[in-house]
Amino acid sequence: MSTDYLKTDITSLHDDLVNKKTTAAQLAADTLAAIDSKDKKTNAFITVAPEVAEKQAAAADEKGIGAADTLAGIPIALKDNIITNGVKTTAASKILNNFIPVYDATVATRLQQAGAVLVGKTNLDEFAMGSSTENSHYGNTHNAWALDRVPGGSSGGSAAAVAAGEVVAALGSDTGGSIRQPAAFNGIFGIKPTYGRVSRWGLIAFGSSLDQIGVLTRRVKDSAIVLQQIAGHDDNDDTSLPDPVPDYLAALDGNIKGMRIAIPEEYLGEGVAQGVRDVIEKAVDTLKKLGATVDTVSLPHTKYAVPTYYLIASSEASSNLQRFDGIRYGYRAEDVKNLEDVYVRSRSEGFGDEVKRRIMLGTFSLSAGFYDAYFNKAAKVRHLIQDDFTNVFADYDLIVGPTTPTPAFKIGEKVDDPVTMYMNDILTIPANLAGIPAASVPAGLVDGLPVGLQLMAKPLGEATIFKTADAFERTTEFYKQVPTAMKGDN
Amino acid sequence: MIDRDQVAHVAGLAKLQFTDQELTAFTKQMEDIMAMADQLNEVDVGDTTPLYQVTDLKNVFREDKPVLWQTRDQLLENVPEKQNGLIKVPSILDNGEGEA
Amino acid sequence: MNFETTIGLEVHVELKTKTKMFSPSPVSYGAKPNTNVNVIDFGFPGVLPRVNHNAYRLGIMVALALHAQVTRDTHFDRKNYFYPDNPKAYQITQQEKPLATNGWIEINVHGKKKKIGIHEMHVEEDAGKNTHGDSGYSYVDLNRQGTPLIEIVSEPDIASPEEAYAYLEQLRQIIQFTGASDVKMEEGSMRVDTNISIHPAGTDKFGVKAELKNLNSFAHVRDGLAFEAKRQAEVLMAGGKVRQETRRFDEPTGTTILMRVKEGSDDYRYFPEPDIPPFHIAQSWIDEIASEIPEMPSKRRERYINDFGIPEYDAGVLTATKEMSDFFDETVKDGADAKLAANWLMGNVNAYLNDQQVDLPDTKLTPANLATMIKLIVDGTISSKIAKKVFQETITNGSEPKAWVEQKGLVQQSDPAVLTPIITKVLDDNSQSIEDFKNGKDRAVGFLVGQIMKQTHGQANPQVVNKILMTELKKR
Repeated sequence: MSTDYLKTDITSLHDDLVNKKTTAAQLAADTLAAIDSKDKKTNAFITVAPEVAEKQAAAADEKGIGAADTLAGIPIALKDNIITNGVKTTAASKILNNFIPVYDATVATRLQQAGAVLVGKTNLDEFAMGSSTENSHYGNTHNAWALDRVPGGSSGGSAAAVAAGEVVAALGSDTGGSIRQPAAFNGIFGIKPTYGRVSRWGLIAFGSSLDQIGVLTRRVKDSAIVLQQIAGHDDNDDTSLPDPVPDYLAALDGNIKGMRIAIPEEYLGEGVAQGVRDVIEKAVDTLKKLGATVDTVSLPHTKYAVPTYYLIASSEASSNLQRFDGIRYGYRAEDVKNLEDVYVRSRSEGFGDEVKRRIMLGTFSLSAGFYDAYFNKAAKVRHLIQDDFTNVFADYDLIVGPTTPTPAFKIGEKVDDPVTMYMNDILTIPANLAGIPAASVPAGLVDGLPVGLQLMAKPLGEATIFKTADAFERTTEFYKQVPTAMKGDN
Repeated sequence: MIDRDQVAHVAGLAKLQFTDQELTAFTKQMEDIMAMADQLNEVDVGDTTPLYQVTDLKNVFREDKPVLWQTRDQLLENVPEKQNGLIKVPSILDNGEGEA
Repeated sequence: MNFETTIGLEVHVELKTKTKMFSPSPVSYGAKPNTNVNVIDFGFPGVLPRVNHNAYRLGIMVALALHAQVTRDTHFDRKNYFYPDNPKAYQITQQEKPLATNGWIEINVHGKKKKIGIHEMHVEEDAGKNTHGDSGYSYVDLNRQGTPLIEIVSEPDIASPEEAYAYLEQLRQIIQFTGASDVKMEEGSMRVDTNISIHPAGTDKFGVKAELKNLNSFAHVRDGLAFEAKRQAEVLMAGGKVRQETRRFDEPTGTTILMRVKEGSDDYRYFPEPDIPPFHIAQSWIDEIASEIPEMPSKRRERYINDFGIPEYDAGVLTATKEMSDFFDETVKDGADAKLAANWLMGNVNAYLNDQQVDLPDTKLTPANLATMIKLIVDGTISSKIAKKVFQETITNGSEPKAWVEQKGLVQQSDPAVLTPIITKVLDDNSQSIEDFKNGKDRAVGFLVGQIMKQTHGQANPQVVNKILMTELKKR
């Protein structure tokens, strides 16, 4: 392999392409080879798309790659809940095991317009419901630092693929932490933008008021480059924000002097492992050394975030997933006798257990007699959670804390205990409920496993996050580490 | 609290079916999940309004201008059973739900 | 025992837009199956709804025409249910905060005027269409999926099938005049669901409702409700109970047939649509739409009676449709005598439309041409006999009456200087007729006029001919 994604970044690859040291075709071939060798360990991909990659790479070479075409010829993977025209899109579900879309997600279109090369579709928890990528019809994905551990989820495939060096960048989606938690577990950077910053057109909906597409990369700057391309208003998404996209790269000056940072006391409570707390405290010291001021604050409704989230996300999901009925696309049960059979058997055979659990929870909390006590109550508590953030952001530029209470857990450890699994998302969920941008940047290791520092900013504050994460990354140089499980591979 | 009958009723609404064994397991898990959800009973929300969407967007409209995006063939590509440009489904017992 | 009837009507009306409620697919009636559809209408994974501005505008227009209060802060909701014609398995509608509330219309049954309240109206998307085939299969066409609808729900003010009929007539007329819909039952752009209950006269607790579906015309609504009121009365008189059930009207027998008994209420799990931001409807927008609403039929009738002296009945005929009423107004504006214009439209034009089974806009008749023709009659340029020919020509071929009459040489001859020599010649040739006239035989005049018409190829102005003929006869 001539390209090692563990030792390079988009900017270097771009320079090589512009200076004709390599070609898009060569990068595509290298990427496919990397996936071929490393994915045996990680199972990060559901679908690899060599024909599409080769075609798009050839087109990029043909067109010529100029200095301004920052993403032209750069191979990128998409989470398999992002619709790609002509490329099988499953959402890791049996119910879509034969589904070939006839349109493109807006992010896919924008990447294509920028000349990026689609290499494949990454694994996830079925319909993005999960925190471990164990709920996939296409098998577990393995953590790049410890193959017996989960990569997190639901964007576990995207995170593992980037961490293992199979690709330089991947898109994920984040409804309650599904980008940040796997980024933290795999020792890479991952950002969930402000709700509405990136179009949801073509993202297979889970919790519509929470879902947001974002980026996972090893380097902070790489995410900024990719987000620059995919962010911005889209006519096809009525909830997409009209605000212009600032120049994210301009913010990466390494200077965070005077940055006002808050750390919520609720984010360093008992539920957070000591080892994680230690890493985060060290990270906070680093931020202080870089000139930021750090105060402890309170987000008093944090502990209600998990039930609030599960009620809202599952309610929306129960409705969103009703379209999977075996009639117009996807899996249809065999030997059906009547219409009811088509519905009930296709859905019961096509959905996995976790998806069924959430559909049941959501259906219940919307049903007659329970709406006010559950769905609507959760929507009110959500307002309180948003208010908590608004209050803190009146005085601070950034809120930081751990991304997850623990590092990556073992495969199979929590899969039969939904509530324990759900509590794992307690630190990432609040940002989705409030709609604010949030990211996870690698902060260190505990027992050889990566720990992520979470950065949350006010709505549309992505540049603040990039600026801080970049400054932090320059100090830690975490990206220079090779994931344990990938050592000796190259 | 949620009981087995309620779980079965909700499964009916969601067009899902469970074996007896699954239903027992699901009911237990649903009980745990609902117990977690019931933590919200502690919260005094006062006159807080429900927050359904986080953007401040309002009045987003599309101009009434027709465009055809896909052909019939494209749209029917994924349909499991079709005939003469129509989607074929096992018969519908007419329960009067068929209209808007 | 006497019973009082309570009827509720839910009317769905398709709004006349170019595209669907939530997708840019074209809306058209009678297209090939599954051709006016896209990934949104098909409910593909990942698609999002996009709200049609014009559909909401037309909804507000209908609401204002029905004297309703437009809801200023509103949003869409999802109504969840599985059905093959409902691809997302939810319908986007307005449940919690409908488009408008508290409307009314006035009906007139046997000369008795009554206000019928409208509880609420909301915009939503239509479903596709299932065709029930044989051999255990159904077939789904999603062309209609997503067509913008406004649903109009009456208050329980309607007390008889006749009032229901009048309400529907009135509702259709008002909406037709706004131009917001074609309101054609036969094309499905207007659909009616009803519910009916009866309770003993003098009591005020409503009885158990039965829903009535499959009503393809206003007459079916009236007949179905009449049958249902009678059926329910018989059930109660026999000591039975009316069940909460859905029944369908059976046209051949004129009866209603049980479809299903309702157990409890359906659980649609409504919740606010997260994919569409809420709306704040500005008063300025409402005012703007109000200013765009065409004059309503009741106002027009008043104007026709007061300004033109047209009888009330005729004013009603002229305002039966907006096309007819607009046509009449245009014709008068183009200089035609109002009463003559009314007579032509109600007579020859309506007869032609009935005969050809077409609507006014389908013909080549224009208000300008009709006005010109009427003016030609009034100023004596053409006779009423010639006018019939001119009418036929202009309504079928669209010819301009004045030019056509001149080209065909059909202009009426009214010039005494031309007519007098012809008349004297006829008299010279028919001395017997002069004798007969003098002996009091009126028939002789008719014969002589006939001869003169023959000589002038029918173009002589009969009034002028008569006048000269009498003068000339008296001279002999």
